Amino acid sequence: MHEPIAPLLGPALGLSAILFSLGVAGVLLRRNAIVLFVCIELMLNAVNLTFVALAQLHGASGQVMVFFVMTVAAAEAAVGLAIILAIFRHKQSVDLQNINLLRG
Amino acid sequence: MIAAHWVWLAVAFPLAGFLVNGALALRRKPAVQAVSIVGPGVLLAAFVVCAGIYLGLVAHPPHQAEVIRLWPWMHVSGLKVDLAFQVDQLSAVMLLVVTGVGSLIHLFSVGYMREDPGYARYFAYLNLFIVFMLVLVLGSNLPVLFIGWEGVGLCSYLLIGFWFTDKANADAGKKAFIMNRIGDFGVLIAMFLLWRELGTLDFAQIAAKAPGTLEAGGTIVTLITLFLFLGCTGKSAQIPLYTWLPDAMAGPTPVSALIHAATMVTAGVYLVARTNVLFAMAPISSAVVAGIGAVTALFAATIALRQYDIKKVLAYSTVSQLGYMFVGVGSAAYAAGVFHLVTHAFFKALLFLGAGSVIHAMHHAYHATHSHEDAQDMRNMGGLRRSMPVTFWLMTLATLAIAGIPPLSGFFSKDEILASAFARGAEMPIYYLFYACGVVAAFLTAFYMARLMAMTFLGESRVGAEESRHLHEAPWIMTGPLLVLGVLAVIGGVINLPTFVGGHHALETWLEPVTAAGAVFAKVELPHGSTEFLLVGGAILVGAVGLLLGYRATLARKVPAAKEAPEDTGMARVLNRKYYVDELYDAAVVRPTVWLSRVVLWKGVDQGAIDGAAVNGSARVSRGLGWVGSRLQTGQVGVYVVVFLVGALWILRAVIR
Repeated sequence: MHEPIAPLLGPALGLSAILFSLGVAGVLLRRNAIVLFVCIELMLNAVNLTFVALAQLHGASGQVMVFFVMTVAAAEAAVGLAIILAIFRHKQSVDLQNINLLRG
Repeated sequence: MIAAHWVWLAVAFPLAGFLVNGALALRRKPAVQAVSIVGPGVLLAAFVVCAGIYLGLVAHPPHQAEVIRLWPWMHVSGLKVDLAFQVDQLSAVMLLVVTGVGSLIHLFSVGYMREDPGYARYFAYLNLFIVFMLVLVLGSNLPVLFIGWEGVGLCSYLLIGFWFTDKANADAGKKAFIMNRIGDFGVLIAMFLLWRELGTLDFAQIAAKAPGTLEAGGTIVTLITLFLFLGCTGKSAQIPLYTWLPDAMAGPTPVSALIHAATMVTAGVYLVARTNVLFAMAPISSAVVAGIGAVTALFAATIALRQYDIKKVLAYSTVSQLGYMFVGVGSAAYAAGVFHLVTHAFFKALLFLGAGSVIHAMHHAYHATHSHEDAQDMRNMGGLRRSMPVTFWLMTLATLAIAGIPPLSGFFSKDEILASAFARGAEMPIYYLFYACGVVAAFLTAFYMARLMAMTFLGESRVGAEESRHLHEAPWIMTGPLLVLGVLAVIGGVINLPTFVGGHHALETWLEPVTAAGAVFAKVELPHGSTEFLLVGGAILVGAVGLLLGYRATLARKVPAAKEAPEDTGMARVLNRKYYVDELYDAAVVRPTVWLSRVVLWKGVDQGAIDGAAVNGSARVSRGLGWVGSRLQTGQVGVYVVVFLVGALWILRAVIR
């Protein structure tokens, strides 16, 4: 048995896939804007996990990318939550079923 | 020789007059005094220039036309057209007629139109007309002539519809314009053909090249001349395009005298005389010209017999006399045609201006008594001789002239045309028929003119007692030009006295350099001796009997006033309604055209195809596509995510493959 080049790569990628799928499923199925938002974070972090796991093979650039994603995610969280707050003030609800102003 | 180079001045003076009067017409305040000086003044100046040019030509008669190139116009691969004027014997005659008679009519207009609110506009149009008429007779090639040809048509339109607030007048203007367009099409086609066959549009070059290039009597020269003649039938009001001229009487009477009697309508005769070499080479076309002329002369004369509007009688008389001119030029007697053109300009302008003076007086009388009777209906006149002696006597002279009573001008010119047609009969017997038509038309001419004079000036007055007191002779500014025209109408014949009264055909000799090219192919030998005297005697007899019968027939019965007059019946009704030709054209041409325009072109093509299918159709298609696209936009985030996911997976699959 030789030392594996990237220990736990397989499980890490598997976990990332599971997390991402959970996120997608959440976005598709849930109607609450807050939950939807959390699911998006979940997907982002699943991708972060993939980056970190693969950084073992490809060097530090993957890890750097993770910081960028976290920064953007933070900004997105700030803007997104503000929007949700505004929507709630306007409609007294965060149920996405009721928010269809863009219907053609 | 030098004088000819100043010919541009003759055009420049009226043009300046047009600009000045046009500017004055735009001012709110009428400038009657300035217009009265500028309007006729520029014409007199132009007349002086033309007289100078004529005297120059008399002093040194040129053998070929003096061409004055002003500037190059179109130089395109072989086609070389300059804006050039041509001074020769024929254009000199036309110059004198146009500016001479034009000056007199301008002077008359000062009296006739002075109180009209559009006084300055009137003189602007009238000056512009003279400009174009001079360009027409001076053009040294067909395109320049065509500028004038179209320009006089435009001015004719503007002046017929001068009182355009009345729809009938505006319609008459449009009618004249459209009918002339049909003829103009013919002139254009003739130009194209000439260019293709001869490679030139210059009159001098046409005369030089045509005999060698074209086959005499061939199809091509016949086609060219027939298309040219189509233009003449439009401009000179011959069958089948004559119906606009009687309607053109809607314009002011001096306009009828200038444009629709003396000058513009004779442009067709001028064109035939100018291109005489082509017509001489095409005997069939010449026969058509003479035939149409003869039939028109007869046809229009019969209509004139039963018209009641004094101007309508004169209008049909003009159509008829133009027919005579075409009989002349169609019989290869180009000088005779031009001769009748000149004398007709004198006596017909006199008749029209006399009629204008009568209408002026009648109008004032009705105006003073607030009557709404028709001031042009002869049934409302009668006995005017007592109140308008000068007009009466001058119009009597013109009547004798048009009826062909010697020694007045019309006698000589009409006689020469009839003699020419008779002489041509020796070669082509059909010309005997044309001659017969001409003689009958001469009789009818005398008859309807006597009727006009009798109804207007003789017999008992139908004007009404109150109105009669307001009737008065026209002012001197109107009777003065009448007097001059009266003198010309009497002595006009001297320009071309025949040999049997001791003359030597001066005009014919004068025009010889112009007609020489055509004379090679067709030349008229006038009859001599007993035949000549028989023809002349017959013509005089016909005229005298016509006058007498017309006078007797009109005064035999009491003429009822217009509002009491019974409806005409039978043949009189047909003649009064002008053989229903207008109705026929309306049914055959106007209504089908309107139907085609309304039902097919408007409702079908415009509203159906263009608006419906093309414009609204494309809008409807875009809207449909937009509707389909908008169904995708549910506003539900979930749906977007599903679509997004499906798309992403699909792309992923494509990338991995």
